Amino acid sequence: MATKRIRLIEIAHARSGDKGDAGNVGVIARDDRFYPVLLEQLTVDAVKQHFEGICHGAVERYELPNLGALNFILHNTLGGGGTVSLKNDAQGKTLSSAMLRMEIDIDESLL
Amino acid sequence: MKDRIRIASGQGFWGDLIDAPYHQVTRGPVDYVMMDFLAEVTMSIMQKQKLRNPELGYARDLPGQIGRMLPHIVEKNIKVITNGGGVNPLACRDAIFREAEKAGIKGLKVGVVVGDDILEELDAMIAGGIELANMENGAPLSTIRTNIVSANVYFGAFPIVEALKQGADIVITGRTTDTGLTLAPMIYEFGWENDDWNRLSAGTVAGHILECGGQSSGGNFLGDWRAVPDLAHIGFPIVEARPDGSFTVTKHENTGGLVSEATVKEQLLYEIGDPTEYITPDCVADFTSIHLEQEGENRVRVHGIEGRPATEFYKVSASYHDGYSASGTLTYAWPDALDKAKAADAILRERMQDLGLHFDEILSEFVGLNSCFGPLATIPDDINEVVLRIGVRGKDKDHIARFGQEIAPLILTGPPSVTGFAGGRPKPSDVIAYWPALLPKTAVTPKVIVEEN
Repeated sequence: MATKRIRLIEIAHARSGDKGDAGNVGVIARDDRFYPVLLEQLTVDAVKQHFEGICHGAVERYELPNLGALNFILHNTLGGGGTVSLKNDAQGKTLSSAMLRMEIDIDESLL
Repeated sequence: MKDRIRIASGQGFWGDLIDAPYHQVTRGPVDYVMMDFLAEVTMSIMQKQKLRNPELGYARDLPGQIGRMLPHIVEKNIKVITNGGGVNPLACRDAIFREAEKAGIKGLKVGVVVGDDILEELDAMIAGGIELANMENGAPLSTIRTNIVSANVYFGAFPIVEALKQGADIVITGRTTDTGLTLAPMIYEFGWENDDWNRLSAGTVAGHILECGGQSSGGNFLGDWRAVPDLAHIGFPIVEARPDGSFTVTKHENTGGLVSEATVKEQLLYEIGDPTEYITPDCVADFTSIHLEQEGENRVRVHGIEGRPATEFYKVSASYHDGYSASGTLTYAWPDALDKAKAADAILRERMQDLGLHFDEILSEFVGLNSCFGPLATIPDDINEVVLRIGVRGKDKDHIARFGQEIAPLILTGPPSVTGFAGGRPKPSDVIAYWPALLPKTAVTPKVIVEEN
């Protein structure tokens, strides 16, 4: 079985927003066959490592198999939250795109 | 009982497309239009406006939007439900009555939901042992009491249902949940019970899909954004609701945008926490029970939704003054654009240190390079230009003001190839922070007032 290194954006799309000082990032498989890949590759540790220097708190992961999706909560990420933060992206609107830059391994036959 | 009602999204926030609700009532059939205006920060802005003028404190776009829609909603018997009343829903009602006068419309019934504004009752509540502890860090509200700007309870759908039962054509609320605006007409039309948790959850999910306007019909869609047709004429989403709790998400024909499983999924995941417990005053919806099916072009069927009993608490959203901030920008051009911007940043910081300025935070970002992706950003070797964006936040207003005076001098006393300093010195602006808390439902009672012009 040959594996290939790809960016997450090839098999998933996403939307993000703010919940206080935390960011929420929903990641959705572009096809049902990719959902198991998300489950396996997007572990809490892998996502925490990907967002190193951006997410300064814990990462929580929730599964929505009915939508082929995962929801991540990135704590302590938005510089104090929407109204306090000095960041250009104070509401975490582009965390979704940042997530999709992540590199993952995938079985080539799935692509 | 009707076997289907159409609820249209007319507004996703205060500042959204002004003509969207008008297009919803003129471009095809609808029974209700819901207009969501309130974000966390909106109530504090409205409270400030009300302090300056007791006749204000609501979404000022709203009366004009409704005035334009009035002939159509009267003719077609369309009802409008909105939380645009902000911190002054009665003044908003009066402004709508003035619009009705202008349009020569008599007998318009407007319902108002009040009682969510607890600013005047805070001291009595605190004295009575209600802590209103911050849901994020547990601190009691008394620690920031003197800085509080606004405090509102999130009411749910049922006060709106009461207004509809009393014959209201338009319902204006203050801080009602975004989802309650959509759930209320379903409860009213289909006679759902207040403990029918699965159906209440279904209506809540429909509300979550509608509450951000075009964000579920192709706007801000990351899936395949180039494939979304005609965003210039985007049709806002419409829910066709049925008595059993299932519904279809769609939009008017001959409008732009896209309603697909993918666009609906993105909105379902927007700003949620634990998907098995999406908590509102009306129920606890389980987003892992939602099933979607594309049933036609721009039509997504949603069904199977389950939920659990509502909690004993209302959520309270208070806002408080927490110091000042300012930010400014300078643009640096090739050659060595990034090095120049970094040097300017270092010079500015050194000067502020020499001046003894103190801040809680200084943040420098390089817009065009890393303000979105931080350390994930890849930096090209030879960039054409970059914007240095530097912001400060702190308790001392004079220090923030002095920061604003130190940026422009960099043009003549810093690295070369610099431009883009327009609009004058950045001024200190108030930082309004947000305080989420829980309040026992027994501590406050919504009140419904329905009047006719």
